[in-house]
Amino acid sequence: MFSFVLQRLVQSVIVVLILSIVLFVGVRLIGNPVDILISSEASEADRLAAIVALGLDKPLWEQYLTFLGNAVRGDWGTSFVYKEPVVGILLQRLPASLELGLVAFVLAVSISIPAGLYAGLRPQSPLGRGIMAFSLVGISIPTFWQGMLLIVAFGIALPILPVGDRGQLATHFGITSSLWTLDGWSHVIMPAFSLALLKMSLLMRVTRAATMEICRLDFVKFAYAKGVRNRKVVIGHILRNALVPLVTVTGIELGNLLAYGVITETVFSWPGLGKLLINSIKVLDRPMIVAQLTYTALLFIAINFLVDILHMAIDPRVKSVLRRRES
Amino acid sequence: MSKAFFQVDDLNTWFFTRKGTIKSVRDISFDVSRGEVLGIVGESGSGKSVTGMSIMGQIDEPGRIVSGSISLNGEELTKLDFEEMRRYRGNRIAMVFQNPLMTLNPLMRVRDQMYEAIGAHEDVPRNAMHKRCIEALRAVGIPSPEERLNAYPHEMSGGMRQRVVIAIALLLGPDLIIADEPTTALDVTIQAQIIYQIRRQIDERGLGMIWITHDLSTLSELADRIMVMYAGAMMEIGTTEEIIGGARHPYTRKLLDSVPSRNVPGEKLKQIPGNMPSLMALGEGCPFASRCERVTEICREPVPATQLSDTHRIWCLHPFEN
Repeated sequence: MFSFVLQRLVQSVIVVLILSIVLFVGVRLIGNPVDILISSEASEADRLAAIVALGLDKPLWEQYLTFLGNAVRGDWGTSFVYKEPVVGILLQRLPASLELGLVAFVLAVSISIPAGLYAGLRPQSPLGRGIMAFSLVGISIPTFWQGMLLIVAFGIALPILPVGDRGQLATHFGITSSLWTLDGWSHVIMPAFSLALLKMSLLMRVTRAATMEICRLDFVKFAYAKGVRNRKVVIGHILRNALVPLVTVTGIELGNLLAYGVITETVFSWPGLGKLLINSIKVLDRPMIVAQLTYTALLFIAINFLVDILHMAIDPRVKSVLRRRES
Repeated sequence: MSKAFFQVDDLNTWFFTRKGTIKSVRDISFDVSRGEVLGIVGESGSGKSVTGMSIMGQIDEPGRIVSGSISLNGEELTKLDFEEMRRYRGNRIAMVFQNPLMTLNPLMRVRDQMYEAIGAHEDVPRNAMHKRCIEALRAVGIPSPEERLNAYPHEMSGGMRQRVVIAIALLLGPDLIIADEPTTALDVTIQAQIIYQIRRQIDERGLGMIWITHDLSTLSELADRIMVMYAGAMMEIGTTEEIIGGARHPYTRKLLDSVPSRNVPGEKLKQIPGNMPSLMALGEGCPFASRCERVTEICREPVPATQLSDTHRIWCLHPFEN
């Protein structure tokens, strides 16, 4: 177990390093930020001064090493646009994205797994078919479109929910969030549902497929043949085995929800990271882009690690494979 | 032989699919006495497994027991609802499945899968459960049962897992065990050991067993009586001697002829030409008619049972003479 964790840590560091190189070079290919940052009337001298000020006159490898050295010390550079440390801006935006992503995740999981399970157990029932129809709609409608429909329906036609922004914030236990206030919840619930809809629909289908597959297996029939109560067979045998594929998919979905809320954040003008990323790319704010994408990578690495740990906890066969590999 | 405690009468289990009705089990009647092994033999699709699942009350949609009666100790099982039937399952009637690699939940320790079986029917403290599980594992010849109890299924061989499954079936001291090809997936030496252990449990505890298989040679060693099924219907039923030594039904004869050990070494194995008829398009008459050498016009009419002895019954209008 310990050596597994260590191994994964080393792997993660390597992945982040490789990714940082790809990012650093890749960002340079999109365009030159100096062209955007300086007005077209600026003199050549101003231009050169700007290049030196941004450190863009040095060779690429030196720029990279400087960046790496600073990054390790927690200095991710200064935003070309905001003229502020990138980390500060990220941390300022992060809570908004996290609360939106987490609410969406809880919504997606808590609705899709019971619904998918039911649809898998009773695929022919009207409700089971209804759940499948719903998920098909959820997958088919583009996120920006359903987001706008939601705004029109619940924000304008039937004005019961506010549109845009996080609403009233409050601070408890050192965390500032809109989730502490009722007004905050009224702001977050609609974008969260919009963000969750696609994931919810996907998870429903995965849960249903896994459930149907497991129901056919002999150990489920054997559990019933032992006289085990229906509820216990469903939870202890069927759902438990369905969790193996579900944990993987759910992990990826969590990463997506926390990192790629771009469309939803734009539609609902939610002041989170997604909007920041799009704006940063528009103006070629290199440090901002690199920092955000690295954050995304770290997020996925952490989630994958968590997924692996969960797999080990759920499926004893995973653990014994690891043990065999170690010995 | 003691009096039968378990009876099936005119059982019909059909599956109502979009393409048509599949009559998997048609007018099956038999009984089982204490300490007796009834073997049910037939090709795949003959309805033998559906018969077993019908008794367990575990026929899934779109299937259903259409008519007939299943009674255990005088209690009618087909009339029970899910909860009432649940109390019988694993408790009075237990089942052993074909593939031991698939029968146990891969994510649960053997202990939890055994405790669960006891807990479904009795309110027993953990240490009492533990003792009973150890005893059950020992009874089926599992070495160091304490260790096995903590193991996961994947840490054991197929033979060990099937013993665990049989131990679970024995846990609550059922009256009847239905074993659906329990040794088919195992190699021959393990098969022989397990059959020996099962036979011992049956004799010691005086329980009844229905052993479903396509393998007549296993049955000849184990079963007291044999029932031959074909395309969902009964062909012949009798004591093992009556079937193995003196089969009268053309189908049973063909089945016996196709057992490898009864063929001359080096010679081609004897097959039964043709295929089983579709279970959706069965006529009134003998289902074997299309493959039978002795077939005549009257075989297209419904075939009544002929009682050849107290124990030997046959559904054929042109049986072999002894």
